[in-house]
Amino acid sequence: MPKLNVTLTVNGQVRSHDVEARTLLVHYLRDHCGLTGSHVGCDTSQCGCCTVDLDGRAVKSCTVLAAQVHGRDVTTIEGIGTVERLHPLQEAFRRHHALQCGFCTPGMVMQGIDIVRQGRGTDEAAVRQDLEGNLCRCTGYQNIVDAIVDYAGSEAERSAVQR
Amino acid sequence: MVDFAYARPTTLAQAGQLLAEPEATALAGGQSLIPALKQRLARPRLLVDLQDLAELRGVEVNDTHVRLGAFTRHADVAADPRIAEALPALAHMASVIAHPQVRHMGTLGGSIAYNDPGADYPAAVLGLGATIVTDRRRIAADEFFVALFETALAPAELILQIEFPRHRRSGYCKIAHPASGLVDTGVWITRLPDGVRVAVNGASPCVFRQAELERRLAERFDPASLEGFEQPAAGLNDDLHASAAYRAHLVAVAARRALAMALQY
Repeated sequence: MPKLNVTLTVNGQVRSHDVEARTLLVHYLRDHCGLTGSHVGCDTSQCGCCTVDLDGRAVKSCTVLAAQVHGRDVTTIEGIGTVERLHPLQEAFRRHHALQCGFCTPGMVMQGIDIVRQGRGTDEAAVRQDLEGNLCRCTGYQNIVDAIVDYAGSEAERSAVQR
Repeated sequence: MVDFAYARPTTLAQAGQLLAEPEATALAGGQSLIPALKQRLARPRLLVDLQDLAELRGVEVNDTHVRLGAFTRHADVAADPRIAEALPALAHMASVIAHPQVRHMGTLGGSIAYNDPGADYPAAVLGLGATIVTDRRRIAADEFFVALFETALAPAELILQIEFPRHRRSGYCKIAHPASGLVDTGVWITRLPDGVRVAVNGASPCVFRQAELERRLAERFDPASLEGFEQPAAGLNDDLHASAAYRAHLVAVAARRALAMALQY
């Protein structure tokens, strides 16, 4: 099959690659953009390790074709913070020891950001419900939930101060 | 994954032409189709992405109906206050489909066109007696769901909108498989001005109306009407997720819970 051009904004930069139509977004990001932070845990839409932000909404990049998001805006784990300056949710993960092997962490963080953005981060039950599509085989989830709730609380405080 | 070509038409006419090509398949949110492509359960030569078709978009709520474009994503149904007011059970259903990442991509039209027995929306469409508006005709829900993964849609026929009548007194309960999130058994109940509709999903190869529950609840829309009800297990799905006998049991359980929700509204 002939290749097609897929151009999108990834972490604020325009990326353009000619790819096969069947290329999944996660492979576009990993193999063509060199952004290997989004992980392929299951490739069956179960584990959520590949979660990225698409125009302000968390999606599983293993279940989206790159061609489907041509022209759109994608943020990956690489786009939210740096090693020197972590995203506050990454900071909270570190503080709460919310990871062990770290394989699921990029997806957990991207989904956690989405949960907090939707105003569901301060309710522990809602956080647990909204993590239904993310699997962690190490931590038992408690510290992940704690980190998200902690980050949501500080975000709520911050926006209250700004008001 | 299987190899295929990809097209993104911007008009219905273009989409119709592309879908008429041999082994072309429509792509909506892709949350069922992409996994099927990976497993080679579907092997199209051409995927026709419907996301740019304006005719498949939009949410309209009037005095009698909720009209949803086929491309309306689950998360948008769940978050729309007009839908929550008009058809709270439908908003609830949308909020519990699969998990958040899937709800951000998956669409109403895609769900019912695929007619997976484990899907949620077929129960709402059949239970409310919705009308499926295509690029050619209007199809009543009772005629739409034909068999396992099979609908009344003709080849290359496209769903544009789904029209739900505003029967607010509706309820839905599903018992989902804990790993996949697919519906093992679900029940949708709607009270009409002149009767009751009950749709059962997940339990059998295709969503179906439960005539005995409809009759019992039409006599009295009350939990007492469900006492002694037993769903026959014959013909129900019997697989590694749940036996037919267990699914039959779950029909009664889900019916009680769906009724409790309907009685709240």
